[in-house]
Amino acid sequence: MLLISCPNCGSRDETEFHYGGQAHVAYPENPNELNDREWAEFLFYRDNTKGAFAERWLHSTGCRQWFNMLRDTVTYEIQAIYPMGAPRPDKAAPAPESGTASTAPDSTTTGTAAPSIAATSLATSTAPASTTAPEGATK
Amino acid sequence: MADLLPEHPAFLWHNPDPKPSYDAVIVGGGGHGLATAYFLAKNHGMTNIAVLEKGWLAGGNMARNTTIIRSNYLWDESAAIYEHALKLWEVLPEELEYDFLFSQRGVMNLAHTLGDVRESMRRVGANQLNGVDAEWLDPKQVKELCPILNINDNIRYPVMGATYQPRAGIAKHDHVAWAFARKCDELGVDIIQNCEVTGFVKDGNRVTGVKTNRGTINTEKVGLCAAGHSSVLAEMAGFRLPIQSHPLQALVSELHEPVHPTVVMSNHVHVYVSQAHKGELVMGAGVDSYNGYGQRGSFHVIEHQMAAAVELFPIFARAHVLRTWGGIVDTTLDASPIVGTTPVDNMFVNCGWGTGGFKGTPAAGLTFAHTIATGTPHELNKPFALERFETGALIDEHGAAAVAH
Repeated sequence: MLLISCPNCGSRDETEFHYGGQAHVAYPENPNELNDREWAEFLFYRDNTKGAFAERWLHSTGCRQWFNMLRDTVTYEIQAIYPMGAPRPDKAAPAPESGTASTAPDSTTTGTAAPSIAATSLATSTAPASTTAPEGATK
Repeated sequence: MADLLPEHPAFLWHNPDPKPSYDAVIVGGGGHGLATAYFLAKNHGMTNIAVLEKGWLAGGNMARNTTIIRSNYLWDESAAIYEHALKLWEVLPEELEYDFLFSQRGVMNLAHTLGDVRESMRRVGANQLNGVDAEWLDPKQVKELCPILNINDNIRYPVMGATYQPRAGIAKHDHVAWAFARKCDELGVDIIQNCEVTGFVKDGNRVTGVKTNRGTINTEKVGLCAAGHSSVLAEMAGFRLPIQSHPLQALVSELHEPVHPTVVMSNHVHVYVSQAHKGELVMGAGVDSYNGYGQRGSFHVIEHQMAAAVELFPIFARAHVLRTWGGIVDTTLDASPIVGTTPVDNMFVNCGWGTGGFKGTPAAGLTFAHTIATGTPHELNKPFALERFETGALIDEHGAAAVAH
C-alpha cells in the first residue's frame, strides 16, 4: 500500500487514488499530419521505465484532482509530487529557493524516510499549455 | 552424520561458461526462453545456441505463476495459439520424458452478472466453433463439479453460472522448466545462468552480439524472452515496445486435504483458486495498477482477493495465508502477446503475455523458434506481430477471454 500525499488533501492511502499512467504525454499538436506509426506511438506506446518514472494519479475519492508523481518503479519510493502541467522536477531547472506558494498542504513523501526532491516548491512553475488536462487513462 | 547424506541427484543440465559465439542467443531462461531453445534445437536443428539467464533458471515469472493452463479465449487468433499450446501440453510430458504432473482437472470461469453470463455464453459458442472444449454450466452444475463453492444468493455477487473447459488444468511449473532445460541440455543447448545482458552489439541496424556481465557474445540472432523486463532490453537495443510492467501477486495457504477438485476463476470478484498436488490452495490476485519492477505489490490487492475467496469458498475462512509473492507481468493494451520481428534486424521478441504466459509456454516456444529460425512468423503468431499496433488489427482479449487483469 502506497501512502500518497495528495497536493490538496494530504497523505491518504493508495486505495483512494486511481493510476493514470505516464505523465507528460501531450495530445499531438497536428493530429491530421500524423501517420499510422505516430498514432501508434501516441495511443499505445508508453515509457516503461525501470527507475524514476513520472506518472499521473487521480485522487478519485478525495478532491478528484489529477496530479503528477515521480516514483521509483523498483523501490516504489515516491520522490516528488507536483501539479499537472509543471515540468518533471528531476529534469527541470533548479527550483527557486524561496517565495513560491505551495499547493500541497502536506509535502511529506510517503512510506520511507527518504528526502523529497522539494516537489512542492515547484508548484507554481510555468506550465506548458498542452499538458494541463489529463490525457486519458491508459487502462 | 555427513556420510549418511544421500548422493546429490543427477544434475539435469550443465552450467557451461558462455562460448565466444552462437548461432542464436535467447535472452531469458524462464519457461518461454527454454521452450524456444528446445524447439529451435528439435524442430530447426539449431543446437549451437545459448539461453542467457540473469538470475537462476526459471526464477522469474516461471516460479511465480499460478500454473493454470486453459485455451478458452474468445478471438480466433487467440483460440488458435492457446489451443495449440494446450495440445502441446497434452503430449509434452511424453516428448520431454518428464512427468510434470499436468492435471486436466478443468477450469471454471464464474459469471456473477448478467453481463458476465452473456459474455460467457458467447465465449462458449466461439470456443466450440474453434474446436476448443467449452460448456456452459448453471449454478447447480457448478455446485456438482465444485461442492465447496457457495452458490447461494446470500453473497454480494452470487454465482449465476460458469463456463467450463474440461481439458484445462494445472501443472507443476518448476518441473515444466526442468523438463525443458534437461532436454535442451541433451540437445546441446548452453544454459547459462547468472549471465545478465547489459547491452547489444549492432552493425548498422543488425544485431551481431550481446554484451553481458560475463563478456560479449557474438551471435547471428537474438530472441528476447524477458517478460517484465522486455522494455528494458528493447531500450538497450534501441526500440520501444507497447508494454507496461506491473506487479502481479499470488499466494498459497498451508497444506490441506484435497477439497478443491478443479480450478475456479472469477474475474468479477477477482480471485482464481486451485489446489496444488501437495495440498496448498494456490490463489492469484489482480495486478497492481501502477507500473512496477519490484516483484511485490500492495497489500490491499491481497486483501481484496481474500475477501472474494472467502465469500465464494466459505470453507477457506479458517485457512491461513502461508506465503505471498509478486512477479512482474508485461501487459499490452489489447491483453495479447507480441511474438515476432522487431525494428532491429535479426532481433526477435516474445513478450506481452501479461498475466497468462505460463499456459502459452509451449506455443510461445514453438512459434518463436520458427520465427527466429526462418526470419518469418509461424502461422499461429503472425497476428501477434508488433505491427498490429500500427495497423489497428488488435486482438482485444480484455474482458473477452476470461483474462483476469
